Amino acid sequence: MTVQLSKSEMQHGIAKRVALELAGPCIVNLGIGIPTLVAEYMTEDNIYLHTENGLLGVTDVADEAIDPNLVNAGKLPVGEAVGASFFNSSDSFAMIRGGHVDVAILGALQVDETGVIANWAVPGKNIMGVGGAMDLLVGAKKVFVTMSHTSKDGSSKLLKECTYPITSTRQVDMIFTELAVFKVNAGQLELVDLMPGATIEEVREKTEAAFTE
Amino acid sequence: MSKIQHDISQALDCIKSGDTVLVGGFGLIGAPLTLIEGLTERDVTDLTIVSNNLGESGKGLGILLNQNKIKKGIGSYFTSNRDVGDKYQNGEIELELLPQGTLAESLRAGGAGLGGYYTTTGVGTDLAIGKEEREIDGIPYILEKAIRADVALIRAHKADTLGNLVYYKTARNFNPLMATAAKIVIVEVDEIVEAGELDPEEVVTPFIYIDTIVKAQQVLTKEGVVAV
Repeated sequence: MTVQLSKSEMQHGIAKRVALELAGPCIVNLGIGIPTLVAEYMTEDNIYLHTENGLLGVTDVADEAIDPNLVNAGKLPVGEAVGASFFNSSDSFAMIRGGHVDVAILGALQVDETGVIANWAVPGKNIMGVGGAMDLLVGAKKVFVTMSHTSKDGSSKLLKECTYPITSTRQVDMIFTELAVFKVNAGQLELVDLMPGATIEEVREKTEAAFTE
Repeated sequence: MSKIQHDISQALDCIKSGDTVLVGGFGLIGAPLTLIEGLTERDVTDLTIVSNNLGESGKGLGILLNQNKIKKGIGSYFTSNRDVGDKYQNGEIELELLPQGTLAESLRAGGAGLGGYYTTTGVGTDLAIGKEEREIDGIPYILEKAIRADVALIRAHKADTLGNLVYYKTARNFNPLMATAAKIVIVEVDEIVEAGELDPEEVVTPFIYIDTIVKAQQVLTKEGVVAV
């Protein structure tokens, strides 16, 4: 990239781009991290946010209205939309596994060239948490992944094969990084968009996975 | 006999060393903080705790963890308490990690008298290792066993004197499921009302599941956990 973006600018850039892909009416589940930022850029009225800890109809909340018992899956304070409902964890995951959530937006550590992701465990470290990631991957009608294109050491996170434990055998539908947007078609990555400031040469250089242009 | 118990320690007398205990909550949200604190003062060890998390560092179930009273944790996201990783590394605690939806459904199945169920969640991943895989109508599933326990400690917003419960916002989470899946169920609530005061249409957990009701003495506020 010719212009060096801060981490926050990079994350917001990705979130803004993801929001363009969301057309209502639809039910969207947002993961922790960059996915949470997507809500700031959604422009359509009839998109309802689902959070797996038991709320359909998540909105943002003003500081003075924060309720410690009203949070999203990242335990951050949220508000309730008009038409919201609360339910228990089993009902919440029945909605997810049962195919009633239209889009799940998740973070990832690695994606392979067929669109399979790894996002819950790193070999050699304690495996401590999986949360709802495996359920969302098997159940959501579409799965979008947001992540930085490369690791801190500069190595590609879009790989021929994941070296970390996979989260599901299901292939995701779209991948969004600070450099590019990919669609997964029949188990192959297709580059569909370059992010502002990115060049095709840079994407080629920083992507280990095979993709079509 | 009244289900209302004013003495927290007495309410927890049913929990013995080696028991499996369900504890409601998503982190501290909807966790029975009064009952957990009561348990930290009881002389019980080797507990198996089923809860989405093991509290936060030094808070909620995190206190019980630091007292070395927990032999095993079964949950979906222990990452929220860094002390769990240290204990696990030192071999001081066993952990069983389940996808969050599987944890919830296993509790539901346990409470509903089922032995287990087949789910697509986790198929082909490391969390499916050792679990029976079976194809149904061309789709691969894994068998997950139901979870049942000796005691459940849960939190609700309001109880009537019979034990009918209503919950508050996202503090509901695992609590209604855990209410069904243990031999003895103790609930802590913000408010106890007379039977008849809750609209039957609004009752989420019917009183059939509830053995003991206590009034909350520790609550989660914007400023953290405070005594009331």
